[in-house]
Amino acid sequence: MTKLDSKIPQGPLADKWTNYKATQRLVNPANKRKLDVIVVGTGLAGASASASLGELGFNVKTFCYQDSARRAHSIAAQGGINAAKNYQNDGDSIYRLFYDTIKGGDYRAREANVYRLAEVSNTIIDQCVAQGVPFARDYGGLLDNRSFGGAQVSRTFYARGQTGQQLLLGAYSAMMRQVHKGSVKLYTRHEMLDVVVVDGKARGIITRNLVNGEIERHFAHAVVIATGGYGNAFFLSTNAMGSNGSAIWQIYKKGACFANPAFVQIHPTCIPVHGDFQSKLTLMSESLRNDGRIWVPANMEDAVAIREGRLKPTDIPEENRDYYLERRYPAFGNLVPRDVASRAAKERCDAGFGVGTGLAVYLDFAEAITRLGRDVVEQRYGNLFQMYEKIVDDNPYETPMMIYPAIHYTMGGIWVDYELMTTIPGLFSIGEANFSDHGANRLGASALMQGLADGYFVLPYTIQNYLSDEIMIPRMSTDLPEFKEAEAAVNARIDKLMSIKGKESVDSFHKRFGLQLWDTVGMSRNNTDLEKSVQIFTEMKEEFWKSIRIPGEKNSFNPELEKAGRVADFIEIGELMARDALNREESCGGHFREEYKTDEGEALRNDKDFMYVSAWEYQGEDKAPALHKESLIYENIKVQTRNYKK
Amino acid sequence: MDLTLKIWRQENRTAKGRFETYLVRGISPDSSFFEMLDVLNQQLVDKFEMPVCFDHDCREGICGACGLYINGRPHGPDSAVTTCQLHMRKFKDGDTITIEPWRAKPFPIIRDLVVDRTAFDKIIEAGGYISVNTGGVPDGNAIPIPKKNADVAMDAASCIGCGACVAACKNASAMLFVSAKVSQYAMLPQGKVEAKERVKKMIAEMDELGFGNCTNTGACEAECPKEISLSHIARLNRELYAAKIL
Amino acid sequence: MRTLFSSSVGKKLIMSLAGLFLITFLVVHLGINLLLFMDSTEPFNIAAHFMATNLVIKVFEIVLFGIFFLHMIYGLILSVQNMLARPVGYRKANHSQKSFFSKYMFHTAIILLIFLGLHLLDFYIKSKFLGGADTIIIDGEEYHDLATLVIERFQIGWVVIIYVIALFGLGFHLHHGFQSAFQTLGLNHPVYTPIIKFLGVLYSIVVTLGFMAIPVLIYFLK
Repeated sequence: MTKLDSKIPQGPLADKWTNYKATQRLVNPANKRKLDVIVVGTGLAGASASASLGELGFNVKTFCYQDSARRAHSIAAQGGINAAKNYQNDGDSIYRLFYDTIKGGDYRAREANVYRLAEVSNTIIDQCVAQGVPFARDYGGLLDNRSFGGAQVSRTFYARGQTGQQLLLGAYSAMMRQVHKGSVKLYTRHEMLDVVVVDGKARGIITRNLVNGEIERHFAHAVVIATGGYGNAFFLSTNAMGSNGSAIWQIYKKGACFANPAFVQIHPTCIPVHGDFQSKLTLMSESLRNDGRIWVPANMEDAVAIREGRLKPTDIPEENRDYYLERRYPAFGNLVPRDVASRAAKERCDAGFGVGTGLAVYLDFAEAITRLGRDVVEQRYGNLFQMYEKIVDDNPYETPMMIYPAIHYTMGGIWVDYELMTTIPGLFSIGEANFSDHGANRLGASALMQGLADGYFVLPYTIQNYLSDEIMIPRMSTDLPEFKEAEAAVNARIDKLMSIKGKESVDSFHKRFGLQLWDTVGMSRNNTDLEKSVQIFTEMKEEFWKSIRIPGEKNSFNPELEKAGRVADFIEIGELMARDALNREESCGGHFREEYKTDEGEALRNDKDFMYVSAWEYQGEDKAPALHKESLIYENIKVQTRNYKK
Repeated sequence: MDLTLKIWRQENRTAKGRFETYLVRGISPDSSFFEMLDVLNQQLVDKFEMPVCFDHDCREGICGACGLYINGRPHGPDSAVTTCQLHMRKFKDGDTITIEPWRAKPFPIIRDLVVDRTAFDKIIEAGGYISVNTGGVPDGNAIPIPKKNADVAMDAASCIGCGACVAACKNASAMLFVSAKVSQYAMLPQGKVEAKERVKKMIAEMDELGFGNCTNTGACEAECPKEISLSHIARLNRELYAAKIL
Repeated sequence: MRTLFSSSVGKKLIMSLAGLFLITFLVVHLGINLLLFMDSTEPFNIAAHFMATNLVIKVFEIVLFGIFFLHMIYGLILSVQNMLARPVGYRKANHSQKSFFSKYMFHTAIILLIFLGLHLLDFYIKSKFLGGADTIIIDGEEYHDLATLVIERFQIGWVVIIYVIALFGLGFHLHHGFQSAFQTLGLNHPVYTPIIKFLGVLYSIVVTLGFMAIPVLIYFLK
């Protein structure tokens, strides 16, 4: 596997990052001014990286498709951010955070990366406090913590139910300070459509100005992709409407490997789909499971009666309710990890016990209200209940909430080495866009931690190790043939999209494709369906390029054209997801193969054959991608089976 | 539900705009407002016409991208919601709904209902931050902050920068937006160091951009999806007087 | 300081301080006016004479005009800026203003300005420069019989109507202006602001009714 060199530093686990920093090469201040870095995406990772690189003195150009950098979807994270501060004196440590993250990821993440993540987690909190992020505090004025996602310690820092927003605004503000100083130039309403590779190194990008449709060329000595995950491939997800996989897909096509595409996270507590026009799913914080009890009717007749509106949930007596999580997982009950809770809900609904439209289960607070009193429940969950009521028009204090799992996060992403560099030199990937830290399943409150770790504390170091070799390279002209070719290809693709003039709208096609993807590469997968879906996706791709209809012009503000480009990429990403899911003949984390389960229906991992990262390399249009495997070696942690029953 | 929509259409910044009337049928009261517009846009694409453009992204009320002026109210006829969280059950079958873009000189129209709110970024750029570089900061618990102050800071910080305050204000003033940021940092010891410079620069930028003046009308507070209070504007005033006079 | 008053908030500060000064002046003005309801016209004439001749008051008179002028000019500048900030208006106006009266500050200001012109012409200029008031002797001193001038004036129906309309405008203006002045000064408090708002309403009602009582009662009673 010469293709994949993870570049993990030598030495004991706890010293690797320190050793790396001590021995890496740096760029001196005078040279930093001469080096340009492009950052694509302004979420936690992109904004924090832009700010930090700008502060160091690099010339940064930052791009986002939104009208303002502050709107990136990191903003929607509710729960919190983990750090191993041990402020609560409950026995937390860097090792424990590292251990929990590896275990939560079902032993499919790289030890060295995760340890580094746990190591820098503490400085993230310090940094954010210094920036004026208003974290929750207790009456003594010190930072408050809560426990999250079934962790045994309280290590989650939070800012009401808006932690992601506050952290993002912190990073955004830091970046805007650099914009003011002139070290960061910000391009909003710009979408990256291709990466430019010159002599094997990433040297720039091609963008489309979304306001006037202009195609632009931008040079840089290094390019950083921080464009988030590809969960929107499913059409319905908790992602923002504009979240897309196009940047990572374009760099994949230029030679960057795509790792573990099948690892997607399905969040158990989302508001269920209400009808065909549904455009997006709304997440309810996982914290609801701390006090809410999840159930469906135990009798089929009751379930049918509820679906037909003849019975109300409150009509079902206690003995006729099936608290299936408590039944199946007595030790963890309603607090099992996300993947387990999601699959259990699907199992009940598939068996015909679902409520609402049939694809929903109850999350009931009646017992909590009796036990704690309505006031306490309101204090803890008031804003979530209010949000639920706004959307569903039901009062959760009186009738149980309905929830159903939905696509939320993609653990898979661009393969990167320890330095966060992809397999293309000079091309880096950070945050959700890379694959590095969450293995097969991400723990709650870890996404924010990773995004900021990459952007504030990892990339600003590691990118210098690369750039130190580039100080003699003067800024290149964007009239080089490589730039011209890339721009021509982008233009050709846009012209092709505009010229289809078919019958189906992009959204309508995306919905059809998303459903297909959900059915076969969603919560539960099997060999037959996956094989079929690879074929179906290939056909759908062909169909897309014949049947899509895009009104308007290419050289104006045209959301239909934007969506078309993204959906074209999603179809291809979907195909790769199916291939990866097909290849991984085991059940682990968010990836559940029906053929690989215990007699009790629990996920069955295969460490002997699949303890590796699957990194896919593009081989050309209509050719099957090549699979590279990066073996995962656990030297500091004992690999165990996850068990939530005892 | 069947609805008549009167929507502002404008091809680009310089083009002349007009209201167009559309009919949509069979809308579920459980749909969100944007899902209703999605239905309209599907109809338009079916006729090979340009769909109505509007800004939207997270569709869960936090990114601040959306903002339609619906029947005379920013974010429509519900309180404490963004347009994306507005649901059709707030309307009646047969209603006529007038949809306009945010109107303010510093928010030029890009297309239809999409406006350019870069002005807000410029205000933040002028001083809406605490000047700390990455690294070398003290421990998070080094400076205790009274819970009460942290809570007020959080109230202010919950601003999503959607611009409803400007849209609602009869003067197109951005004071609520600016005051939210000034107030957040004014309540925190970390923000005090640069407080004077910050408020001066942000106000100067706001004035420069051509926003109107605050007349303490309170429309911003009434329409703010995050219910940010006028008390932050009062704090901004105090901060500015302190910065200029003391 | 100079840059303070060139900023939007600084201009508002001038409006606020000037407004509060005018609010105080109105109390004095009303107090003197109410003397008209005493049995004799003497106290009113003496008070009016004092206001017209005392040196300190004369200085204040100039200050008052100056502050009024500031309030007017800055109000005008701010209003013009506000109008420029939204060159294209809405088809449907926003009705969610918490302070309804604030929407009409400019309109009521125009009414008040016109009224003030008439009012000054009617009494201030007439008595001071045009000899419109007769001379009477009280305790051996000469006084202008302003009281009679006022009473005569308010025998005319349309004058009374104009005054009543204008005073409604004044009430509207004060209703918002009073509490707004405090908000601009930065005085906003969960406990005290509701009290200030209440006082503002009370003040605007008392002042409006107080001033209105004069023409109305004179018309009907005298």
